[in-house]
Amino acid sequence: MTNLRAEGLSLGYDGLKVIEGLDLTLPDGKITAVVGPNACGKSTLLRGLARLHPIDGGRVTLGGTDITAMPRKELARKVAMLPQSSIAPDGVRVAELVARGRYPHQGWFGRHSSDDDAVVATALESTGVAELADRPVAELSGGQRQRVWIAMVLAQQTDIVLLDEPTTFLDVRHQLDLLDLLTELNRDRGTTVAMVLHELNLAARYADHLVVMSAGRIVAEGAPSAVLTQEVVDEAFGLRAQVVPDPVAGTPLVVPVGRFHAGA
Amino acid sequence: MAGDLRTSALRTTVAGLRATRRRRQVLVLTGMVLVVLVAGTGALLMGAAGLTPGQAIAGAVGLGDKGDVFVVQKLRLPRVEAAVVVGAAFGLAGALFQSTLRNPLASPDILGISTGASLGAVTGTLVLGLSGVALSGLAFTGAGTIALLIWVLAWRKGLHSIRFVLVGVGLAYLCASLIAWIMARSQEQEAAAVLTWTVGSVSDIRGEQLALVAAGTLVLAVAVAVVARTQGPLALGDDNARALGVHVDAARVGALLLAVALVALATSAGGPIAFVALVAPAIARRLVNDGGAALAASAATGAALTLVADVVGQHGLLGVAAPVGIVTGLVGAPYLLWLLATTEKRSR
Repeated sequence: MTNLRAEGLSLGYDGLKVIEGLDLTLPDGKITAVVGPNACGKSTLLRGLARLHPIDGGRVTLGGTDITAMPRKELARKVAMLPQSSIAPDGVRVAELVARGRYPHQGWFGRHSSDDDAVVATALESTGVAELADRPVAELSGGQRQRVWIAMVLAQQTDIVLLDEPTTFLDVRHQLDLLDLLTELNRDRGTTVAMVLHELNLAARYADHLVVMSAGRIVAEGAPSAVLTQEVVDEAFGLRAQVVPDPVAGTPLVVPVGRFHAGA
Repeated sequence: MAGDLRTSALRTTVAGLRATRRRRQVLVLTGMVLVVLVAGTGALLMGAAGLTPGQAIAGAVGLGDKGDVFVVQKLRLPRVEAAVVVGAAFGLAGALFQSTLRNPLASPDILGISTGASLGAVTGTLVLGLSGVALSGLAFTGAGTIALLIWVLAWRKGLHSIRFVLVGVGLAYLCASLIAWIMARSQEQEAAAVLTWTVGSVSDIRGEQLALVAAGTLVLAVAVAVVARTQGPLALGDDNARALGVHVDAARVGALLLAVALVALATSAGGPIAFVALVAPAIARRLVNDGGAALAASAATGAALTLVADVVGQHGLLGVAAPVGIVTGLVGAPYLLWLLATTEKRSR
């Protein structure tokens, strides 16, 4: 068992508590989506799980070991994280950016080996950006660029992949493409995926495990069909909505009511 | 099977790209070494006593006419070596600053760190009468103090903030004023010393001092090579670097301390030679263009740039024998203006 767990976890910024005493276990080999209104602490939670954010209280464990007791590089070989703000350096080409995912596998003077090349090639292949390998990252479209970042994370060869709003700047088609890609990785490799998503209905469709947060705590978690109810949506988002079955996937579909168009 | 074949072809592509980039780095380094060789040879031949290449080589190895030997070994060669060493140190320091702070403007000369080092060195040499390691130590104290002040005053506003640069510019003025004050007080009459501590000059670095700066730069360069690997992940952003297993704060402080030490060492000998630390890494990165920090190429470019600037200045191509800092200032200032004009859209 290599479960990533938060136990009584508290996180904050400059003395301001964002999350207090939160417990969460990411189910192994499943896709977990974290949803919630703006500033509910969902990104902070993900960053805490990846040790990108200092822990104020409680702990995060991986397979029972406190992650702060692990060397950072060792953690980076087990848990990968794609943050919201990633910078592609000027002039860097796709394969070179992806190769930076090999960092935790290399020693102090470690040069890239042919094994690294193989891992990079596989990552490019499985994210569908093989044809772009020698193109400058700056020339790519938003959707392509996001795939390249995912490829970099895959080159890290971890069992757990965390993604902070990976679909944010993508149009609807590319959002679906990306979530399909993550589903494929999860199914083909058994990778545990956890991501913060904005789009409730996509989260409900793609997640095995849905975590709904509000004001720094978990309102409900579990299978999307069990979790995403009118009451939970109201409690977490303060949103009056109807929840109907998604005609495509059968998962819950949240249809907001609003003030003007109800009763048609 | 078809998939395996495709992956192995792709693997070859990836390896090929890596080899191409390696070749390009070697090419840039070789190019810069050639520039140094050509400019260095020129510097040995030119001067009040014109030498033929044969006389210069004979002089450099201690053969031939005694006068030639003296001119080459005691006057011209040390100046060439000094320009190369000091330029390399500034180039490397600039590359470290710019890549660690992810800001092409965040260079030790713009941030006032070179001026701080100069203030330390001036205090050491004119007030306390120090030289050698003690002088470099005081230059390091000056540079380190400025770095610390910038950290305290501007850090939290973010790496890209123009405030970062403005605070540095303000501190640079403060240091420049203090340098002028110390010079006025000590009634320093020697024009060469005044020029060294205000605009930078490599004309008077020789003997023990040259050996110290060269050895120190070499040691620091080796240390940089040890920590250089963290620059790749750091360039992707702090969160990405942490997620890849880098101790971001330690890596950043370590790299900046080494860079401050390089600046201090170079400045304690040659003064705050303007813009080499700003311009050399920019040229090197553009030439190597692999999204990396181009540390080695920056050092080589710094050496070439400084040597060429010194040759240009020394031999009166400006109409008068000018110290190297004036020439680099004339080249660097327009680049700074261009950078300032375009930096807003770069830093989002």
